[in-house]
Amino acid sequence: MTTQTAPQREEHPRGAVAVEVTGATRVFQGSAGTVTALDGVDLTVGAGEFVSLIGPSGCGKSTLLRLIADLDRPSAGTIEVFGRTAEQARLAHDYGIAFQQAGLLPWRTVRANIELPLAMHGTGRAARRERADYLVELVGLAEFADHYPDQLSGGMQQRVAIARAVAEEPSLLLMDEPFGALDEMTRERLQGELVRICAETRAAVVFVTHSIPEAVFLSDRVVVMSARPGRIREVVDIDLTRAARSDEGLREDAAYFAAVTRVREALHHGSPAPAQGVELR
Amino acid sequence: MTAARTAAARGLPPVLLLVALLAAWQTVVVVGQVPAFLLPSPSAIGSELVALWPTISSAILVTGGNSLLGLLLGALTGVAVAVVAGLLPSADRMLQPFVAGLAVVPIVALAPVLYTMYGAASEVARVIVAAIAAFVPVFVTTTRGLRQVRPVHRDLMRAYGATPRQATVTVTVPTAVPFVFTGLRLASSLAVISAIVAEYFGGPRTGIGSFITTAAAGSNYARAWAFVVGGILVGLAFYGVTLAAEHLVRRRAGPRAR
Repeated sequence: MTTQTAPQREEHPRGAVAVEVTGATRVFQGSAGTVTALDGVDLTVGAGEFVSLIGPSGCGKSTLLRLIADLDRPSAGTIEVFGRTAEQARLAHDYGIAFQQAGLLPWRTVRANIELPLAMHGTGRAARRERADYLVELVGLAEFADHYPDQLSGGMQQRVAIARAVAEEPSLLLMDEPFGALDEMTRERLQGELVRICAETRAAVVFVTHSIPEAVFLSDRVVVMSARPGRIREVVDIDLTRAARSDEGLREDAAYFAAVTRVREALHHGSPAPAQGVELR
Repeated sequence: MTAARTAAARGLPPVLLLVALLAAWQTVVVVGQVPAFLLPSPSAIGSELVALWPTISSAILVTGGNSLLGLLLGALTGVAVAVVAGLLPSADRMLQPFVAGLAVVPIVALAPVLYTMYGAASEVARVIVAAIAAFVPVFVTTTRGLRQVRPVHRDLMRAYGATPRQATVTVTVPTAVPFVFTGLRLASSLAVISAIVAEYFGGPRTGIGSFITTAAAGSNYARAWAFVVGGILVGLAFYGVTLAAEHLVRRRAGPRAR
């Protein structure tokens, strides 16, 4: 594994493809029989594009994200990340990742946690420190740089996790319900911060959520999935500019509400019972 | 300042209780004219303690030295074997029943056998008994600790393309460390107890346990009790040091490393 092999952003001009999922199927063999978590999913995410995956619990949205991250392998189908296999992309540190749990190392300070991926991939001490200084500033935690994670609130820990995810300036960010465990106010503030960070890093994002407003607020496209077996039901384009998104007034905008309604209808389309596990707030 | 004061305030009630108990003990012995072989008075034990302090302190050093050596030996072996078991599932399957068996064997019962093996003038048998007693809890807690890596951390290491070595150093070992120290605290008391009790079964007459049996056999009951106090001091010292070490490590590791 060589260091510093992460491709520069310039190699991926807009219009290039960040993620190409073709016919991805994932079947889990359990003691209670087989479960088809994903069934023939096709998805393309352009460079710099923000795509949310939304759907009821068990629709395979997290499974799809884990396949892209090469944390899991598909039973059938292929996954390409910037033109290479998911495994090659993982080993080349092509993506940054954040989970629902912040997953910080409790024995490391905030700064050391943010530096973790850089340290593991051989970035020098001085460069690491400089990058961490910039990132704690970016997520508004400069005065907490030398604190330990258990001294921070859940929202602050999640901000550290996001800083860690973007530490290597990845061209792709994979986020699995990063705000799922947070209260609504913290959640909205962090969404705003994520929009700002994405505008700055111009990374493509695959974002798993089960909050409709969150998906609409953040995304260029919302991929609506259905459960058992996990399939893509509909892809909803959200025509809100990024500039509009950085404005908190957007949440009260008519276009925003219209988009929320479209996603909601896509979720409920064809299912007589209301989709379970989806937050309609 | 305030921390010192709260510590003092928390420490005061137990000390008061101890003083009250000693006073009650003294009163019962004096007023009830309890014979010394039944229960010597605290003042008699205290004066023996002072009179024999040179002997008691050297006995403390001998027993403490045996316990410490045994603890280190047992703990290092425990950690090493647990690491091997963690890396090789087959070794783990082989070791688990073996260790469970070792845990129920009355280890001090080995002492007489070991004395014949290593000679009655040697401290080796006592060190070995203490080491075996210390090995079990350290092995058990370390094995558990090495399995506590959270799934999110495992995913993170995989996402970073970490080598097994990197993952071990970055996540597995730091997660296990607080568990190792908990095992060490449990092992420290066991090592001291085992080292003392092993002395009851023979060997050189140098340690706390030897002197307790000698004094009791010679009807010097207050003296026997004075050596018991010496044994308590050894036990407290070991427990206190390992408890402090555990607290230090735990604070560093945060509340999540249960």
